Amino acid sequence: MSDKMKTKEPLDESTVNDLKKKSNKIRKHIIEMIYSAKSGHPGGSLSSADIVTSLYFHIMNHDPKNPSWPERDRFILSKGHACPSLYSALAESGYFDVSELKNLRKPKCLLQGHPCTKTPGIEISTGSLGQGLSIATGMALGLRLDGSNSRVFALLGDGELQSGQVWEAMMAAPKFKLGNLTAIIDRNMLQIDGPTEKVMALEPLKDKLIAFNWQVYEVDGHNIREIIETINKGLNITDKPKIIIAHTIKGKGVSFMENNVSFHGKSPTDEEFKIAMRDLEAIS
Amino acid sequence: MTGFGVPRDAYGEVLSELGETRKDLVVLDADLSSSTKTSSFGKKFPDRFFNIGIAEQNMIGIAAGLATTGKTVFASSFAMFAAGRVYDQIRQSVAYPKTNVKIVATHAGITVGEDGVSHQMIEDISLMCALPNMKVMVPADTFETRKTIREISSEKGPTYVRLGRSKVPNVFESEDEIKLGKATTLLDGDDVTIIASGVMVSKSLEAAQKLKSEGISAGVLNLSTLKPIDRQSIIKSVKKTGCVVTAEEHNIYIGMGALVSSILSEEYPVPVLRCGIKDTFAQSGDYELLMQIYNLTSNEIYKLSKNVITMKR
Repeated sequence: MSDKMKTKEPLDESTVNDLKKKSNKIRKHIIEMIYSAKSGHPGGSLSSADIVTSLYFHIMNHDPKNPSWPERDRFILSKGHACPSLYSALAESGYFDVSELKNLRKPKCLLQGHPCTKTPGIEISTGSLGQGLSIATGMALGLRLDGSNSRVFALLGDGELQSGQVWEAMMAAPKFKLGNLTAIIDRNMLQIDGPTEKVMALEPLKDKLIAFNWQVYEVDGHNIREIIETINKGLNITDKPKIIIAHTIKGKGVSFMENNVSFHGKSPTDEEFKIAMRDLEAIS
Repeated sequence: MTGFGVPRDAYGEVLSELGETRKDLVVLDADLSSSTKTSSFGKKFPDRFFNIGIAEQNMIGIAAGLATTGKTVFASSFAMFAAGRVYDQIRQSVAYPKTNVKIVATHAGITVGEDGVSHQMIEDISLMCALPNMKVMVPADTFETRKTIREISSEKGPTYVRLGRSKVPNVFESEDEIKLGKATTLLDGDDVTIIASGVMVSKSLEAAQKLKSEGISAGVLNLSTLKPIDRQSIIKSVKKTGCVVTAEEHNIYIGMGALVSSILSEEYPVPVLRCGIKDTFAQSGDYELLMQIYNLTSNEIYKLSKNVITMKR
């Protein structure tokens, strides 16, 4: 194991607090961006904010000044509609100016409605659900062929697990023993048409993942310490891919959006925007 | 024209050959490697060959992921699955982000014969040409297949290559005489331009011989690169002849003939008649027999040529 793959420990309290502040900042960006764009997906962006923060500001090796640095860790946002969360993390990391965020979904903007490669720091386009884990599998294979120490992280939505292609990849990654691959499921229990368990049940999810031969963990997807410690624990296992079921709350941080499926793909009104920002201000 | 060859055999051979020097070459298949002929690469370079199983969607995603790490990826299956089943995956992960993925589809068209409609892909040209950033190539014989695979292996970006199942007559005598990316003139002619791709090229040459015996001078263009399409060579030939017959083993509703027609209508309108599958699903049967039933014959090209000449204004 190289230096890069060594886990970054111990995680002191001030680091965790800084990361919490960062994720709150990302949540504010998310609300501002979607409010400015008058469209977008706040629910799943907010639920993923702590996971994305943990990856970009603590776990991943990456260089915002050199997005194609060969030794970087890779991140694939399979649930592409949550890109406001990722764009905010990229801007906060320094891939592009934070002022660009307000142009989300507007013509001539770097930030498309779903991720694409013209945005610095985006590895590949996503948005048509169910495809990211396959891409991550290919990346992990390619990096291993090169003898690279880079790791691949994929963030999946829970709803997209209904897509058959996800399970094709679920079969392939353990078959290829991809120890350099970590998948995280943003398990917020909701999709556009309602609760995942009502639309097309996923449970018993953990059992399914174990049966597919992944190393499976469960975490509170809003507990940054737990997220980081669990990912790091998994990184020590090098002969099979890891998957983390991150239990999250859709719309986390904004009172009226939490667990409210109507905010899957809707921007806040003027009044709602004020309340949302007030809610997030109260947290920080 | 002398001899025959099987283009997919040529594909497998060139891949194995390229694998020697090209360490960046990675090949994927979806449980059809013995038919697509990627298996020979797999035996020679097991570390760089991945059989993804009957999971073409995953294969395309994995191909795209591998390509982002600097690999030149060849992914193969039957055209039905390599283009039809995975249109969205190709669009999202290959064409849009311009990943360096070469989709080489075999058993295209009705050449699968007895397997019937479930395996007879007659829409792949429409699908692949509709994708921005996608290069689309239909080699006419084994020589052109070899040249095509070699050439695309050293280019960056997405490509779709369409190969059939069966042996085809040689159109060329060597790779050296082939210029890819152009609509190349195989025969010069003054009375009619026959534009053909894939297995219909040799049939077009046959038709031209028959026309010649009746004193009709037919030019034959091999249009193997359908995208980007060589407008210039097409227009140049048509300016001389004033009428066109297109020949493709594909649905004519939106195929090569339709592409040619659209170019001509914009730049130099002349009568065009199209030989191809007339917007119908085919059926099981011996491949050669099916070619007769669906009028994919040199005789049909001959007849259409005589007709189109009478339509000249």
